[in-house]
Amino acid sequence: MGRTITEKIFSEHLGRNVAAGELVVLPVDVAMVQDGTGPLTVQELEKMNISRVVNPKTRILFIDHASPSPRKELSNAHIMLRKFAKKTGVVLSESGDGVCHQRLVEDFVNPGQIVVGADSHTCTGGALGAFATGMGSTDVALAFALGKTWFRTPQTMRFVLKGRLPEGSSAKDVILHVIGKISAEGASYKAMEFTGDGAEALDIESRFTIANMAIEAGGKTGLFATDGETERYLKSRGRGKEFRKIESDADAHFETTLEFDLRSIEPTVSFPHTVDNIKTAREAEAEGIGLDQVVIGTCTNGRMSDLRTAAKILKSQKVHPDVRLIVIPASREIYLDAMKEGLLKIFVESGASILAPGCGPCVGVHQGILGDGEKALSTQNRNFQGRMGNPEGFIFLSSPATAAASAIAGKIVDPRKYM
Amino acid sequence: MVLKGKVHKFGDNISTDHIAPGRLFHLRTNLPELAKHVLEDADPEFAGKVRPGDIVAGGRNFGLGSSREHAPRIIKLAGVSCVLAKSFARIFYRNAINVGLPALEVNTDEFSAGDELEIDLNKGVITDVTKGKKLAAMPMPPVMLKIIEDGGIVEHIKKHGDFAL
Repeated sequence: MGRTITEKIFSEHLGRNVAAGELVVLPVDVAMVQDGTGPLTVQELEKMNISRVVNPKTRILFIDHASPSPRKELSNAHIMLRKFAKKTGVVLSESGDGVCHQRLVEDFVNPGQIVVGADSHTCTGGALGAFATGMGSTDVALAFALGKTWFRTPQTMRFVLKGRLPEGSSAKDVILHVIGKISAEGASYKAMEFTGDGAEALDIESRFTIANMAIEAGGKTGLFATDGETERYLKSRGRGKEFRKIESDADAHFETTLEFDLRSIEPTVSFPHTVDNIKTAREAEAEGIGLDQVVIGTCTNGRMSDLRTAAKILKSQKVHPDVRLIVIPASREIYLDAMKEGLLKIFVESGASILAPGCGPCVGVHQGILGDGEKALSTQNRNFQGRMGNPEGFIFLSSPATAAASAIAGKIVDPRKYM
Repeated sequence: MVLKGKVHKFGDNISTDHIAPGRLFHLRTNLPELAKHVLEDADPEFAGKVRPGDIVAGGRNFGLGSSREHAPRIIKLAGVSCVLAKSFARIFYRNAINVGLPALEVNTDEFSAGDELEIDLNKGVITDVTKGKKLAAMPMPPVMLKIIEDGGIVEHIKKHGDFAL
């Protein structure tokens, strides 16, 4: 019997064959926390009197959720992380360096690895053929201290993507559509593997967007087989030698297989307050939903391809006077690249505010908190009640194209006539 | 282990943002203070009325969203003895076990708000004392029960020197 990507990675790490359902303790290759979850990790390690970390060069603290810090309590939490990094030699990614998940794929995650992060969107790393998953602060504390953790080997749901996306639709529309179909718990505890000629045709940034949102369907991770595109990306990051082929065997056991025809994917919008509450952008436009804020960025859609798409639509246009547009490059490198390409100029001229690389308003900590009754359209991954800092606010989710077009229109629109 | 308490009911898809809102991010290093706001965005009155031993019962997909372990921690800190739900989001479930907060899957429609419940964790049997009715929950896997009995994963590691799963 063949094995899935997850079973292969787990088997390799354990040194014997592992099948879905088995409980195993495995070594962890990369582990990270961020400034929301990290202080608890540090406190737990201190409680256990542990001051040494296993493999500190692959243990990372990210300051990205409240960066730069909006208040003293958070500044003090940052001090705690900086001290811990100095003491143990773990890597510190500072305020302004970027969102953890983007920084992880840029510099740390490689195919076949096991990656755990105290942030649910750690599943983004699955786009590089790693088993990457989100856990709590204490779990990651143990991965720091002991270099390992326990897993129940998940079943795999296979998503066969067929054909090519039509003009105007992107990876975000695919994953919103998939989650709308299977629900916000449709992949609970499962590994979600994306395959088929449609998946193979997606560039690496599109794969990041899809893997990032596996957790929004309850998935433990979102996986793509590695291929020429993965290798190209790793080479571009100076890690070409880390490339290796990793894919599920043809006769592996998949718990379920679902097919999606990418040719039929339209620009899609998720309505408040659950991610699976989707409509097409066309339907949303017909409802005439006026907007107060539009956000382009976050770990879901703050990469170069996203910014290019948005800039193309916003070029020589003005953001609607009722709308505040916020743009956040996902990392310092992306910020610089967008600057070199002139994208930031386009955004600023259109009326946008550019924020430092980081999570922006997505966690509701700072920089773009909604007022009572306000509506926002964001390229982030979550629209839970209160997510943007106010339970009286309403968050809609979309692709960068839909967000950019809607910022101009002042209401949610189908982006296709703006492209 | 047998737990007793009054049940508080919540609906489907109670997210970690309902339980530990992002706008209170600055309180994450002050859990007793954060616990005063537990579940605030699902029921602003909850923190004021929860009593030691009480039980939280959600609908489907309880705890979806963030990996923030603060969510089960402040539920526990508020005095809640057990969380019941039709289904749990898995990171929340794992975090609950790790911090020593029992979590059981059961059809929570069977209970009314305010009912007195008695929960036998080892057997996975829940008695609604008010209604005089017994219900079978999905029992917690032995590994998770062991972690709960040890008082959470940190105590488990201290006790056994390693994962003893």
